[in-house]
Amino acid sequence: MAAMMLLSTRKLSRHFGGLRAVENVDFDLPEGQIRALIGPNGAGKTTFVSMLCGRIPVSSGDITFAGENVTRLPAHKRIQRGMAYTFQITSVFSDLTVQENVALAVQSRLERGAVLAGEVAKALAKVGLQDRADQIAGDLAYGHQRLLEIAMGLGQSPRLLILDEPTQGLSDGEVNDFIALIKDVAKDTTILLIEHNIDVVMALADKITVMNFGEVIAEGTPQEIHENATVQTAYLGG
Amino acid sequence: MLHLGLIAALVLLQFILPAYHHGNLARIMVLSVFAMGYNIMFGYAGLLSLGHAMFFTAGMYGMGLSVRLWDIPVGPAFVIGIFAAAALSLVVGLLALRTIGVAFMIVTLMFSQAVFLTILYFNPITRGDEGFVIAQQVRQIAGLDLSNPTTRYFAALILFAICLLAVLWLVRSRAGRVLIAIRENEERARLLGYDTWAHKLAAVVMSGTMAGAAGAAYGVLFGSVGASFAEVPFSILPLLYVLLGGPGTVIGPFVGTLFMFYLRDLSSSLTDAHMLVAGVVLILLTLFARRGIMGIVRERWLKWLP
Ligand SMILES: Nc1ncnc2c1ncn2[C@@H]1O[C@H](COP(=O)(O)OP(=O)(O)OP(=O)(O)O)[C@@H](O)[C@H]1O
Ligand SMILES: [Mg+2]
Repeated sequence: MAAMMLLSTRKLSRHFGGLRAVENVDFDLPEGQIRALIGPNGAGKTTFVSMLCGRIPVSSGDITFAGENVTRLPAHKRIQRGMAYTFQITSVFSDLTVQENVALAVQSRLERGAVLAGEVAKALAKVGLQDRADQIAGDLAYGHQRLLEIAMGLGQSPRLLILDEPTQGLSDGEVNDFIALIKDVAKDTTILLIEHNIDVVMALADKITVMNFGEVIAEGTPQEIHENATVQTAYLGG
Repeated sequence: MLHLGLIAALVLLQFILPAYHHGNLARIMVLSVFAMGYNIMFGYAGLLSLGHAMFFTAGMYGMGLSVRLWDIPVGPAFVIGIFAAAALSLVVGLLALRTIGVAFMIVTLMFSQAVFLTILYFNPITRGDEGFVIAQQVRQIAGLDLSNPTTRYFAALILFAICLLAVLWLVRSRAGRVLIAIRENEERARLLGYDTWAHKLAAVVMSGTMAGAAGAAYGVLFGSVGASFAEVPFSILPLLYVLLGGPGTVIGPFVGTLFMFYLRDLSSSLTDAHMLVAGVVLILLTLFARRGIMGIVRERWLKWLP
């Protein structure tokens, strides 16, 4: 093993009634990588990462994060150990201001009594929301709420940042800024990115994992995945 | 500033109010402590309890029975009352927080009924329905006669001021911001790394303890201890006060208690169906003013209002 594995899963499964949303997934993510997780709608991507961060319990299998088995840990303890998750369906505190939203993200990792303002401003500047700090989050345009969601992830300064379709609803310009931002963040953060926009995936990913019907069907470099026949059929609905 | 101003105004009012309103205001201050406690859970943490009468009565009977059964002076008895409410709220919190939403409302209601029935059941000790009186001669702390209107007013004011400043401190603290986050979106708060369950439990205990302090103070200052304070309508009252004054605002509970008290006072010349008046106010509020009086003030004019 060259790099240390930051995150691993073994035989990870989640069933909803009879539906096998995620089935026996073995997954390894080395520290420092940008990993893209792709697959058709309903493939189980959100369910998979929701188990990683503790948002939903697993049906069976194990999750190891930074050398520790976290399968049974409640979500807040995993977050405290350095995970961050940004929601596919925007989930900001809509009655609070943009700044208060990010402050809540920053506050959870800072020492008691530490000054928040600087860190909050930094996270907002990274996504370009600094001029909207005092607006009510629920009043923001959809794309800006997506950026706020990302800023909250950045504000946590995680070791592992899980982004669930972050570019959905962003303009082309904003998508380009996002690519640049993630390249910068990736210098000291491991990234797991669920993404439908294939240009974003190709621009960012060191490696790609493909899911379909709850299982991993392929894994490799962007080049390998591009040429992989199984993946092509999955996407063409074969 | 606003809050210190309110306390100062209440000090001044003591000297100018006519006797009738003076007596009312003392009562309002104690009841608004009950409402402030309620507001911690409902207004800040977003937990709707239908059983807060049990915490009020835990404080009241914790104090009252200490005096009645063991002749403990009212000062220490007051403290015992507060501890009784704290202990009850811890137990209720541990059990009730396993549920959420409507189930939580029902569980708190059931616990409160259980407390009410317990009081009736132990009739020989608690004097059940009739309740009992804390004799005027024992209602003294450090030689001050708490049945004297001026002393009583200041005692109520001191309790009110302490609780008001405590709530103000809480909502400005880190934990207070987390409570608001839980109210707004609990799952998100959890996934920002907050132990939302522990925060909710703390909110229940603070809330119940403050309600208990109000109950104990009510018994000490007005001399009566009775099972009627454990009945369901008495759990609805703080909800009404808070909804009217503004959930999630620090002075809302006081404003709501003040308005409701006088509304009831005025309407009693027309009808004696108090709960009808309360019901009508509740309906009007939910239809037209969900944020309550101070909530509207905050929205329109004072954005910074905590
Ligand atoms: N809470 C739930 N209860 C029942 N079924 C669920 C639940 N959550 C997800 N599913 C089902 O599990 C499967 C996987 O869903 P999931 O959201 O993980 O897919 P996804 O890969 O994230 O899709 P998308 O690209 O559309 O976001 C789907 O069939 C979905 O309907
Ligand atoms: Mg998804």
